[in-house]
Amino acid sequence: MESYLFYIVGTIAVLAAVYLIFERNPVFCALYLIQTMVCIAVLYILLEAQFIAAVQMIVYAGAIMVLFLFVIMLLNIKGDEESKRSFPFRKIPAILMGIGLLTVICIILKSKLLQGKQDVYTVAHIESLGNTQLIGNLLFTDYLLPFEITSILLFVAAIGAIMLAKRKL
Amino acid sequence: MLNLISLVLLFPLIGTAINGLIGKKLRKETVGYIACGAIGMSFFVAILVFFGLLQLPPESRVFEKQLFNWIESGSFKAAAGLQVDPLSSLMILIITGVGFLIHIYSIGYMHHDKGYHRYFCYLNLFTFSMLLLVLGNNFLLMFIGWEAVGLCSYLLIGFWFEKKSASDAAKKAFIVNRVGDFGFALGIMLIFITFDTIDFTGVFHAASQGNIAVGSFTVTIITLLLFMGATGKSAQIPLYTWLPDAMEGPTPVSALIHAATMVTAGVYMIARCNVLFMLSPFTMTVVACIGAATALFAASIGLVQNDIKRVLAYSTVSQLGYMFLACGVGAFTAGVFHLMTHAFFKALLFLGSGSVIHALSGEQDMRKMGGLKKHIPITYRTFLVGTVAIAGIPPFAGFFSKDEILLEAFVRGNFIYWAVGALAALFTAFYMFRLLIMTFHGKSRVDHHAMEHLHESPKNMTVPLKILAVLALLGGFLGIPGASAINGFLSPVFGEHGHVETHGAEACGSHAACLPYLMMVISTGIAIAGIYLAYLMYIKSPELPKKLAERFSLIYKLLLNKYYIDEIYDALFVNPIKKISLLLWKRVDAQLIDGTVNGVAGFVRGFGSVLRLSQTGYVRNYAFYIVAGCIFIIVFVVFGK
Amino acid sequence: MITITHYLVLSAILFMLGVVGVLIRRNAIVIFMCIELMLNAVNISFVAFAYHLHSMQGQMFVFFTMTVAAAEAAVGLAIIVAVFRNKETVNIDDMNIMKW
Repeated sequence: MESYLFYIVGTIAVLAAVYLIFERNPVFCALYLIQTMVCIAVLYILLEAQFIAAVQMIVYAGAIMVLFLFVIMLLNIKGDEESKRSFPFRKIPAILMGIGLLTVICIILKSKLLQGKQDVYTVAHIESLGNTQLIGNLLFTDYLLPFEITSILLFVAAIGAIMLAKRKL
Repeated sequence: MLNLISLVLLFPLIGTAINGLIGKKLRKETVGYIACGAIGMSFFVAILVFFGLLQLPPESRVFEKQLFNWIESGSFKAAAGLQVDPLSSLMILIITGVGFLIHIYSIGYMHHDKGYHRYFCYLNLFTFSMLLLVLGNNFLLMFIGWEAVGLCSYLLIGFWFEKKSASDAAKKAFIVNRVGDFGFALGIMLIFITFDTIDFTGVFHAASQGNIAVGSFTVTIITLLLFMGATGKSAQIPLYTWLPDAMEGPTPVSALIHAATMVTAGVYMIARCNVLFMLSPFTMTVVACIGAATALFAASIGLVQNDIKRVLAYSTVSQLGYMFLACGVGAFTAGVFHLMTHAFFKALLFLGSGSVIHALSGEQDMRKMGGLKKHIPITYRTFLVGTVAIAGIPPFAGFFSKDEILLEAFVRGNFIYWAVGALAALFTAFYMFRLLIMTFHGKSRVDHHAMEHLHESPKNMTVPLKILAVLALLGGFLGIPGASAINGFLSPVFGEHGHVETHGAEACGSHAACLPYLMMVISTGIAIAGIYLAYLMYIKSPELPKKLAERFSLIYKLLLNKYYIDEIYDALFVNPIKKISLLLWKRVDAQLIDGTVNGVAGFVRGFGSVLRLSQTGYVRNYAFYIVAGCIFIIVFVVFGK
Repeated sequence: MITITHYLVLSAILFMLGVVGVLIRRNAIVIFMCIELMLNAVNISFVAFAYHLHSMQGQMFVFFTMTVAAAEAAVGLAIIVAVFRNKETVNIDDMNIMKW
């Protein structure tokens, strides 16, 4: 059951991504990206990361993609306009480069370079406490400093966005 | 009183600074007063120092004043310090004394010149440099003074630089001096390598302790290099050619720099280094031979020259040859004594010729003079004293010093030195009286235009002439044989080897005891013979010189053209060097070196212009490079192990 | 049975598609979306490793990645708006002022 679900969801995600990179209309591009993100959220649930899945849905598929759509509509962009300059063979080297990248990543996966230490958070342990509570505990204990820095980052980003987008201060 | 010695240097420097910086805005009188006042004060201090030195017992008459540490680098140390001993105190008396008179004379002589303040600035700077040269207590400081007087000489020869001949003469003097200075500099370096110090005291102490064998190779090379410097500065064969041309400068400059002081720097230097020179018999022979040869050679050229200043210039070269002859046979005292008397009478002669030129509105050719005796009587009388002095008639100054040199040459050297010196003395008497007769006696050949302006020089020019005439008359009594004051005074510097006229006479046995007196009679006879010849040729039968010139036209032409030495030098050195320089400039520098540099730059530029094609400015390309770089890094990490 | 390798391969494929998208698209907003896709692909790897190694670190990193992505989206879109205002286009082939 789980493996079927993985294959179905994975296939949808990859197909949506392929459509994303070849679709001319940016609005559809954004919708395909939302599609991919929802699929990824499902994969998170399969990986016993329910809180992350929820945040993926709310922040990514919800907030960020709405922002994208909002900007697309604000600027009224219609597809890829033809440029004054033309790059005749721009797609072929790019695709070759992508295949090369995939190849080397797969080579890494096959080689035993990716080894890790087993930790204590088994599925049973997580379920006994609850995923969200565990993350909350960690955020305010071990990851307190990064968490606080994140808040500063968001604050600065908000100011920066306003600065950049405003016509006149 | 000896502590005042730095003031001797300070006053001329202040004069230079004032006249050089604000002289243009001052009135002419002020400029003259400042310059003369500076040298006058300096002279006064020099006298005080001299008497301060006299109060010390003779054997401890050395005073060193350290001013400051100048250079310290590893074992190399050079201090700026002044050394006062009998030799340098005598030199500063001559420099400041004669210099003071010439400064006063210059006020009158340069009165109409535009570059009045510039002239006095240079002249003060020269005095400062010359004092530095003689007062320095190490070779490097002496070298600084040595170079600085060369610079001042260059500036003053080319004082009227708008005249091409003057600027050419200045360049010639500078470049010929470079050749000599090169040797001097090498000599100083070799001294440092050998003795590990450049202080006079240290070097001479080490040399006199017998650490260096007599006639050893090193000391011979050192002294030859030092002598090379001396030949350049003191206009000896083969580097004498600049001095006659240097007469392009103002006449007081010729008197001060190119007769009385700067050109004697070589003699001073050899006298100062007498300890080193005594260690190398070979160099002494070279010095004596070159001195004797120069004395005769320059005197023979002087016989037929027609320019009044050029005759005096060749006479100076010849007299310097005498001084070197004296040094070469080891008679340093005689050399320095002649240096002093020469400073008196040659300054007098130059200033007198300047007065003549001044009177004739710039005429220098003796063929256009004559009969000036009654028009400029003071100049005539003083000039006569100078002429008699240089010719060597007792009791004038030149007689004693020249006679002592000839005697020493005979006693310590050999008969040939004496014969050459005596012949040169004959020539000297002849050409000096020829000059005197052509200028002041006979019928006037002055053109009527100059005749209208003919006038005796103003007081500030004639007074120095009179003082110098007195000095030329009496200066010789400082060195009367047997009771020589100057011998006793200088003996601490030169040790026992400086003067041995009595010792030499004793060595020759009782029969030679009367040798000095015999010599005096002979040299007086030579001088009178020379004067009589001149009288015969230029007063009694004025057509005789022409006949002789026709009879011996080859020799006459040779002499008139100064043995074609300038032409030979041009062909041998100047033109080849010019050609090589042209080759180096046009081919090596302009094509090879510039070509290489430009080629490298061009290659880099071309390579860059190809490389900049990779910088398109499009984000797509940069992203592409980033991905390619990632792939490369991954491949490197995975397969690199 | 689904192993970690399956997840990692899926992550690699999505990442590769993001890279290709960045390289071939002209529209700056779509390129930006492709970058978001790449971030998501890496997030899958994080969570997969966390599951595999019984660790919470992967999930924590995804959490921080998301905040950074949110900040980035805000600033990036602001930049695109500013550029559009100046050049009347979001086509990156018309922008080569990185070259002097």
